[in-house]
Amino acid sequence: MSSMLSFEPKYRVRGGTLVGGDLFDFWIGPFWVGFFGITTAFFTFFGTALILYGAAIGGTWNPWLINIAPPDLKYGLGLAPIREGGLWQAITVCAIGAFVSWIFRQAEIARKLGMGYHIPVAYSVAVFAYISLVVIRPVLMGAWGHGFPYGIFSHLDWVSNVGYQYLHFHYNPAHMIAVTFFFTTVLALSLHGALVLSALNPPRGETVKTSEHENSFFRDFIGYSIGTLGIHRLGLFVALNAGLWSAICIIISGPFWTRGWPEWWGWWLNLPIWR
Amino acid sequence: MAEYQNIFTRIQVVGPPYPGVPLGRESVTRQGRTGHWHLLGRLGDAQVGPIYLGMTGLLSVICGFIAFEIIGLVMLDSVNWDLRQFVRQLFWLALEPPPPKYGLRFPPLNEGGWWIVAGFFLSLSVVLWWVRTYRRARALGMGTHVAWAFAAALWLYFVCGFFRPLLMGSWSEAVPFGIFPHLDWTAALSIRYGNLFYNPFHALSIVFLYGATLLFAMHGATILALGRFGGEREIELAIDRGTAAERGGLFWRWCMGFNASFESIHRWAWWFAVLCPLTGGIGILLTGTVVDNWHQWAMQHAFAPSYPPEAFQALPDPLTLAPGGAR
Repeated sequence: MSSMLSFEPKYRVRGGTLVGGDLFDFWIGPFWVGFFGITTAFFTFFGTALILYGAAIGGTWNPWLINIAPPDLKYGLGLAPIREGGLWQAITVCAIGAFVSWIFRQAEIARKLGMGYHIPVAYSVAVFAYISLVVIRPVLMGAWGHGFPYGIFSHLDWVSNVGYQYLHFHYNPAHMIAVTFFFTTVLALSLHGALVLSALNPPRGETVKTSEHENSFFRDFIGYSIGTLGIHRLGLFVALNAGLWSAICIIISGPFWTRGWPEWWGWWLNLPIWR
Repeated sequence: MAEYQNIFTRIQVVGPPYPGVPLGRESVTRQGRTGHWHLLGRLGDAQVGPIYLGMTGLLSVICGFIAFEIIGLVMLDSVNWDLRQFVRQLFWLALEPPPPKYGLRFPPLNEGGWWIVAGFFLSLSVVLWWVRTYRRARALGMGTHVAWAFAAALWLYFVCGFFRPLLMGSWSEAVPFGIFPHLDWTAALSIRYGNLFYNPFHALSIVFLYGATLLFAMHGATILALGRFGGEREIELAIDRGTAAERGGLFWRWCMGFNASFESIHRWAWWFAVLCPLTGGIGILLTGTVVDNWHQWAMQHAFAPSYPPEAFQALPDPLTLAPGGAR
């Protein structure tokens, strides 16, 4: 088995599944299968096939321009004809099926390896952000047409257009928090990656350094070192908050605030304490 | 089961503070008191301090303070030194760069001159901080990866505030200091140059922004999930692979068919984080200097749909219709 790592055989043992018992408890190449591997493959296969079908009837094979649009607003929350957004609805079902299967697949693998559930919990935040865009907000707004189109540049057009519907989306307070978390995550990741690499790759003639050097560097640098365990808690926290606040910032746009976002700040300017 | 989930540190062992790895002869001494803060210890390390200030650190903090003060005082001046209005309007207040008529010349202080002075000191501050980052790593015999990652952020900062205005021939192109004003600048730049979403380097920068966030979520979660096997001992595990590294690697191999190693995940992390401002800076530098309208550029390069000319004539210009609007 060339796909097996030298130490891998002793980890390839049965158990840990949530559904299906031993039935799907096997590997194909490097992949562990499991019940949710089967469902992931099923939804991915049909979803991809539907996207290819949508591309075939969409008039272009230019990968930047392929676009599968959601239904017109007139269909509300009903089913649309296949060529008028029904395809988008079916693809959305497949995407959610595949993403949710993947969460449970991660949970099963975590159990198999005796690990915590941090990875499936973290991934479910990303899935929640996707579901916010294509289910929660469209349902709150009363039409599937409020979902975003599936296409590389068409989804950017959607982001741009929806942003300008609220005049200036940067003034959305949840968007501000989300962007701050995104930038903070990149900063923290660059510092963490760089710190570990700088300990493992010292200048010529120096020995490899220790985590006490990492701590000393950061205390010298900013007066505090969060430590080897803490940096991963901090990183996970800021990364998940980036996704969470992104979801919040779009859910509140429309269902809970329909005017320009710059106007939202009026409450602050009109607080009684300024009088 | 819940106790294995490793979310907070539940038991803290408090010993004497650790002064740090001994410094070489070329360094001065570390400053500041050391203490323990229990709440920090719930999340990470409880020890706070000492710090190594040194000459570059001290000068950097002073320059940063001068820039901060200039920005704050100009904002305070703009509300006639009314502290209440200063707090009320803080998010709206700005220290704007000079108007276009001054080009690259030095304008009067109240017409953007203070922006140049504040920008000068802030630039000095971050460059000195970069030197400090480099020298602190060398003093401990470590690689300079943190300094070069920081340099990528400085690249974006200097593109926005220095290189692009220089190429455009006017300081007025630069970013104002202020919360909402710098957001307004971002939106105005995008609209003026035909929607930055069609700028491929902007697209790449966003890919690395989201990619870095995805990587940190995956990496942070993996290490925390390996808590009971000591997965946070990354240096040791990178050199002498233990069961935590084996399980972490196998998780992703079984899940998605591929895994990084305990060293290489940090290379992925470093590159994703560094490429975010690096590509972003390239995108901003090209905007207005090389490309005037990203949407048209995208249509020319066949990644935005082209519309027939009639599409743009379908709606009349509202300015020509409104009573008294036509000039």
